[in-house]
Amino acid sequence: MKNSDILTCFQCGACTGSCPSGKYTSLNVRRIIKDSLKKDISDHPDLWMCTTCYNCQERCPRGIKVTDAILSLRAEAARKGHILPAHRVVCKFLIETGHAVPIDQINMTKRENIGLLETETVRKYPKALKDVRKLLELTGFNGLIQE
Amino acid sequence: MKEYSLYLGCLIPNRYPGIEKATKLVLDRLGIKWSELKEASCCPAPGVFRSFDQNTWLTLAARNIILCEEKNTDLLTICNGCFSTLVDANNILKNNGDLRVQVNDHLKKIGKEFRGTIQVRHIIEFLDKEIGAKMIDEMIEKPLELKVALHYGCHLLKPTKERKLGGAEFPKFFDGLVEATGALSIPYEGKNSCCGAGGGVRSAMLETSLKMTEFKLERIKKAGADCIVEACPFCHLQYDSGQVELAKAGKIFDVPVVHYSQLLGLALGYSFEDVGLHLNATRNPGFESKIALLQKKDASIK
Ligand code: SF4
Ligand code: SF4
Repeated sequence: MKNSDILTCFQCGACTGSCPSGKYTSLNVRRIIKDSLKKDISDHPDLWMCTTCYNCQERCPRGIKVTDAILSLRAEAARKGHILPAHRVVCKFLIETGHAVPIDQINMTKRENIGLLETETVRKYPKALKDVRKLLELTGFNGLIQE
Repeated sequence: MKEYSLYLGCLIPNRYPGIEKATKLVLDRLGIKWSELKEASCCPAPGVFRSFDQNTWLTLAARNIILCEEKNTDLLTICNGCFSTLVDANNILKNNGDLRVQVNDHLKKIGKEFRGTIQVRHIIEFLDKEIGAKMIDEMIEKPLELKVALHYGCHLLKPTKERKLGGAEFPKFFDGLVEATGALSIPYEGKNSCCGAGGGVRSAMLETSLKMTEFKLERIKKAGADCIVEACPFCHLQYDSGQVELAKAGKIFDVPVVHYSQLLGLALGYSFEDVGLHLNATRNPGFESKIALLQKKDASIK
């Protein structure tokens, strides 16, 4: 964990108290921050219950970038192969289509019905999609999400 | 006024094209010079992709930004998620030389380079700063006497140190734009709370994400709102499709969900269908006749 600010955490719990997800789930962001200093928590399922709403980061009296810390912990988890199946699907969509949420027939019809033309995105421009795919390969993303 | 590139992202063209239509109508009516950004990809979405790999996230975001640099236009987004990714990536790459070198190293191989010459704008802060609520107020043809539960959405405002749009506890600028349409932005408990969709939670843990949505909807309903207004297709999806999902568990709310572009479109005299609100999953006939009545009432006064 690079975020050295975390060492200044005095366990006040303001982060946990303002967490919308923690109200309903086992996510306890204060504990995550604390545990991340002592051990590898890459396989902790709670890491993925955060909506990245930034409440904790806004309210931390020590100015710790709490949400950013969660993002780093998630990246570490992903590198170790802890990727939820639903997220893998979204990643594959990106690689295949350049969109995390690609168009489908229902929405194509909706577009036609309100007089919208074909989208101007990578979908319409094969060379652009090729560029996107090449970048995903160069950054190692394809390898990262391989099962 | 300069020209802007309209960046649509994924959810708007591919799930809520009505928001796309409304935005294009409204931008034209306001006299804003714009053209759609061609060849753009997913921003990429901050929840999943920023979480997984910063380098990938930055590189793909940079490519979208470069498409605007090549046109010499600022980028205009109508989604909080796209805003979050693109404004953050733009700032990071403008200020962090090492990351810029890393990212440009990849981009060189597709013949592109991030130069840091444009700004990323979100339609709400853009309308507030460049047009202003007062001007919009004057242009309104059909004042919409509605009680609106406004949802800013997390990533429009936060992290506040990066966004620099003021505080996140009592923001005002979006309320001003809502009220310029003739509507009343009503207070409600939990107004600044998250819709529950972000961070990849909706895609991987639907039930958990819906608990947060239900929390919001209960309070919005209790406050007596006619509709929810937001400026993000992901919040829009979460509230609109989310209500269909909640209804399956017997939880009925029937609160219509309206993107600000659509609200403004209605106030400028466009019909419910013109602004694509008939494409929502949650329909409320009472709301629809109220809009029709408000639009007619005003026409007869004139
Ligand atoms: S709010 Fe900040 S200081 Fe308090 S427990 Fe959370 S991370 Fe630690
Ligand atoms: S950013 Fe995540 S951990 Fe922090 S308050 Fe929001 S949901 Fe909770």
